[in-house]
Amino acid sequence: MSKIVPSAAKLLAANSLTKSVGPAASTIKNYSTKQEATFQIKPFKLHKLDSGPATTATLTSEDALKLYERLAILRRIETASGNLYKEKIIRGFCHLYSGQEAVAVGMRAAMRDVDSVITAYRCHGWTYLMGVSVLGVLSELTGRRTGCSRGKGGSMHLYSKNFYGGNGIVGAQVPLGAGVAFAHKYRQDGGVCFALYGDGAANQGQLFEAYNMAALWDLPCVFVCENNGYGMGTSVDRASASTEYYSRGDYVPGIWVDGMDVLATREATKYAIDYCTSGKGPLVMEMETYRYSGHSMSDPGTSYRTRDEVQEVRQTRDPITSFKDKLISNNLATPDQLKEIDAKIRTEVDEATKRAKSEPEIDVEELSADIYHNCVENEIRGILPNAPLKHLEVVPRK
Amino acid sequence: MALKSPAVAMGILSRITRRSFSTSKVLSSKPVTVRDALNQAIDEEMERDESVFVMGEEVAQYDGAYKVTRGLWKKYGDKRVIDTPITEMGFAGIAVGAAFAGLRPICEFMTFNFSMQAIDHIINSAAKTFYMSAGAVPVPIVFRGPNGAAAGVAAQHSQCFGAWFSHCPGLKVIMPYSSEDAKGLLKAAIRDPDPVVCLENEMLYGVPFPMSDEALSNDFVLPFGKAKVEREGKHITVVCAGRATETALQAANTLAGQGIECEVINLRSLRPLDFDTIARSVAKTHHIVTVEQGWPSCGIGSEICARLMESPSFFELDAPAWRVTGADVPMPYAASLEARALPRPPDVLAAVSAVLSNA
Repeated sequence: MSKIVPSAAKLLAANSLTKSVGPAASTIKNYSTKQEATFQIKPFKLHKLDSGPATTATLTSEDALKLYERLAILRRIETASGNLYKEKIIRGFCHLYSGQEAVAVGMRAAMRDVDSVITAYRCHGWTYLMGVSVLGVLSELTGRRTGCSRGKGGSMHLYSKNFYGGNGIVGAQVPLGAGVAFAHKYRQDGGVCFALYGDGAANQGQLFEAYNMAALWDLPCVFVCENNGYGMGTSVDRASASTEYYSRGDYVPGIWVDGMDVLATREATKYAIDYCTSGKGPLVMEMETYRYSGHSMSDPGTSYRTRDEVQEVRQTRDPITSFKDKLISNNLATPDQLKEIDAKIRTEVDEATKRAKSEPEIDVEELSADIYHNCVENEIRGILPNAPLKHLEVVPRK
Repeated sequence: MALKSPAVAMGILSRITRRSFSTSKVLSSKPVTVRDALNQAIDEEMERDESVFVMGEEVAQYDGAYKVTRGLWKKYGDKRVIDTPITEMGFAGIAVGAAFAGLRPICEFMTFNFSMQAIDHIINSAAKTFYMSAGAVPVPIVFRGPNGAAAGVAAQHSQCFGAWFSHCPGLKVIMPYSSEDAKGLLKAAIRDPDPVVCLENEMLYGVPFPMSDEALSNDFVLPFGKAKVEREGKHITVVCAGRATETALQAANTLAGQGIECEVINLRSLRPLDFDTIARSVAKTHHIVTVEQGWPSCGIGSEICARLMESPSFFELDAPAWRVTGADVPMPYAASLEARALPRPPDVLAAVSAVLSNA
């Protein structure tokens, strides 16, 4: 019986793509043959900590499917972004997250509503996880009005509630994140801020300034180093005198985490939240991961590493296929269930992609909109002195 | 007294006979130093709004490197008056992040010379985020501290950032001259929902200016983008801001004795720039001189001249505009050289004479 329904759903999907979503979701629970399973996590490495996160993780079938769906949709969004870039519909820069999905998905699964995030420019996936629709993400990349920044930010400047970007200047987001953590502490709202940066940014001076103040003031800030092996084309060992990023906070305790395992990132994040909310101050988490694409779309990513290296990671450590294998071999999900999720995601992302291409850009009058919350200039200077612009307030003011 | 402006009277008097100012008959209202006016502004706004806090080097236990934050740590404690390490980029970033999250930081730079270490956060993080986020993330922050040349502190500690920050859309830039300016503008800045750069001057901190009862009240705020005509005149417009206002007023006083009436316009805010007031004045005087302490290239005077050229005001001018600026050199240490690097009243006199004789 359980085999018939998914194939029926597939048939439905063939007729009408949108209809497959409903029945699939409601029947998902019936497929998995086990309610939960326990997994071993690659040991965490600890810096100035007596004990680390749990090295076993229990996963329910319900959570398993949620995590899988999020991992897969992030990958799909990036595939769509890459294609849109190649079609020259996405302009300028475009930095893909493919290969690193387990970091964001695992972290998000452990986060609470009160927590906040700030990251660098590899931010499409995080934006989705922080509540922006696929359309909101993709149409920001295509610069259309349905983009989460109305097309004014572009691929590096996406925002959402408790999500402070999307920052284009390497390393700048780290003190900013410490500032968001400062606000959590100031308000005593119990929230933790996760400030993410790459192994390239890990050598920026302002990080060490932020570590210092966060430690002095016990800020509830988790400094998350996503070590994907390369800062642009410079491998970690060519850029960092110490590549043990989890220990680079010196007096700030740190944890090394297998960033390719969504359960490891989830468990580490749960631990980090407990740690920071207990008033112990900041923590560094190094997530060791890998990026499949070049640094940005203009980088083929092959001059400073071999194709074989990329292939090997894809085959042996891919965060999605490895998680998929775990679910199937532990009977937390069936291949059909996962295929169903894949189909649903493909539909969602394909439709969003279509709209992200066809939606118009915002009116040109918005060139001079929302420069200031409260603009006191009579007019905004345009290109010529006789063609001034009017400052518009598009976002409702409180 | 020949002096028309009580503020100038105070400025000069205070330097000649510091102890005698409080008995001077010129004053009808209470004299307050710029330092105390700034302190009042911060104190009142901290009292008014729990989300306002002060962060910077030596702002708390030391009572402020220039004592602007004197007494605030004792009153508000560690939570709201926060000493930072000497790491401008880091603490400016933290302050901006706190503003992203809805607090209202007052980020003090011990002097704006050090803000250059943090300029990325002022411009890329603070000024641009509201626009980039299409209005999703307001950044209500004030960056403040002494700006421009003090005395004898040489090249790296004697720089005016008026033009630098005024260049950037998304920022508002204020440059107070008197105690009234300082209090009204800083209070408005703290309440403002946008990032504001408040460029003060160390040499003015200890200068007392009379303050009206209105200016002493808790609700006294000055609007941005509105210049103050410090002195009315019909022969020539002299535009200035901050400490250059003192130079301009002293020159205007001398010129008045020679029968030349200057209209002295204190800009108060550099961005937005109150060009309407300048244009109205030029329509009356048909001559203009700008006075600033910053360097000439791409300076505030350059901007005013460009706007004059581009507007109908050009046809009102009977002579080319002149800029009186800091000399185009890094600030030297030696006193005799330093004196020749910044505009003094005789420089303004020379410029006014040149422009008027061009007519």
